[in-house]
Amino acid sequence: MAAPLSVEVEFGGGAELLFDGVKKHQVTLPGQEEPWDIRNLLVWIKKNLLKERPELFIQGDSVRPGILVLINDADWELLGELDYQLQDQDNVLFISTLHGG
Amino acid sequence: MAARLEVLALQAEVAQREEELSSLKQRLATALLREQEPEPERMVSVSPLPPKAALSRDEILRYSRQLVLPELGVHGQLRLATASVLVVGCGGLGCPLAQYLAAAGVGRLGLVDYDVVEMSNLARQVLHGEALAGQAKAFSAAASLRRLNSAVECVPYAQALTPDTALDLVRRYDVVADCSDNVPTRYLVNDACVLAGRPLVSASALRFEGQLTVYHYDGGPCYRCVFPQPPPAETVTNCADGGVLGVVTGVLGCLQALEVLKIAAGLGPSYSGSLLLFDALKGHFRCIQLRSRRSDCAACGERPTVTDMQDYEAFCGSSATDKCRSLQLLSPEERISVTDYKRLLDSRAPHLLLDVRPQVEVDICRLPHSLHIPLKHLEQRDEESLKLLGDAIQEEKQDTQEGAAFSIYVICKLGNDSQKAVKILQSLTAAQVLDSFTVRDVVGGLMAWAAKIDETFPQY
Repeated sequence: MAAPLSVEVEFGGGAELLFDGVKKHQVTLPGQEEPWDIRNLLVWIKKNLLKERPELFIQGDSVRPGILVLINDADWELLGELDYQLQDQDNVLFISTLHGG
Repeated sequence: MAARLEVLALQAEVAQREEELSSLKQRLATALLREQEPEPERMVSVSPLPPKAALSRDEILRYSRQLVLPELGVHGQLRLATASVLVVGCGGLGCPLAQYLAAAGVGRLGLVDYDVVEMSNLARQVLHGEALAGQAKAFSAAASLRRLNSAVECVPYAQALTPDTALDLVRRYDVVADCSDNVPTRYLVNDACVLAGRPLVSASALRFEGQLTVYHYDGGPCYRCVFPQPPPAETVTNCADGGVLGVVTGVLGCLQALEVLKIAAGLGPSYSGSLLLFDALKGHFRCIQLRSRRSDCAACGERPTVTDMQDYEAFCGSSATDKCRSLQLLSPEERISVTDYKRLLDSRAPHLLLDVRPQVEVDICRLPHSLHIPLKHLEQRDEESLKLLGDAIQEEKQDTQEGAAFSIYVICKLGNDSQKAVKILQSLTAAQVLDSFTVRDVVGGLMAWAAKIDETFPQY
């Protein structure tokens, strides 16, 4: 049984617009049998934080192309992507890439 | 009395001289452009810049403040003088970038932009001025940079960077700055840089945010390593739709210029393999670590599949401009032109005009007889908004003859959101949430109204 986790979830680059414009969310993930990983976190976010048009954020069981996922300021690809196991007080940042100029 | 007359006479003369001066400025601007215009449809051929052994007396004076920086010094300045930089896009990022590169004494600047200067560019594209509205941005930028530093060779390319021209062009420059505004061009520039072996300094901005990184430098990742798949076209927002604050593109363009200068002077960049995020509202700079080069990257990996330029518009499912897309969700019978709507309005036919733009745009301008309900509220089936709409329909219907069809016309800025709103209203009447009525949208929206019906109506 994994204990509840307190993590900071942030959105930027316009991704926050799908979350009522709120960039920073301090969330408590409830205790559960399995350890919390990013895959579970995305499901939790979709259910608990996402306000509109989930297809602009999630594609399949991952984020859509064009959104970078940073765990404690490092690209999630350096840390196992969906399989990364969240630690208490982790910061997870979802950044929509900008193309304007 | 005599004094009063003299004042009036002098005022008249000043006004006349000012008019003459303004006309002279216009002619000069046009002449400057003609002078610079190269053969059309042909990329100007440039020869490599010769090595430079020493700085002249004038150069020493001009660059003295940066020459005394030990990190740069004469050695670095000489490298700048023989460096060439390709600037892709002469807009909000490209203008400040090119301005600082020219001021710092970079030898040659290639300036690529297919677009022309518009009034709505001037709040952020600081090399362009009122006098050159309607002229090619590449020439306008070159003219401006020449006034700043005549020793810098500016090569304007007033055409789009295309798969046919990109590789050849990128090969003629040492460093490339991606100051473009659309996804296909970002992939195009990346692939050309990888194939030509050039470092790519990339920046972007929207609303109050900016992002900056250096791709394909000294074994670092390229754009495709980080973004192997393009984003779905409908998730990409341009500056016209999302808005942008000029100083944000300015900050990013300056940071981008800094990275270019450090590469050109041999100091090396700071943002290879990392991404700088700038949040102007919070005043935060945040640096994040990107992944390393992808060994299976399609462009720079061990077995690349991108061995030549591709069709980037097809790859990204969007066009290589930042112009707003035109949606086609409705049939022609479900739409009305601004001309026909004006006729209907003049005939005093009872109807309801529904404006579905966001509040911030309604604050800019609106048609006084319209009812405002933002598209977002309709999408959320917001109860209060539906009641407002229902009441407005009831009120208008009282003026309609018994049994006559009642019409709602939906309008937005350009005629995309209005189509989405029509779809929603149709589903609401089908579900009997609202009374039955015919609903159509106004093609081209308020911008078409401004262009064709009422020239005093603001354009934005």
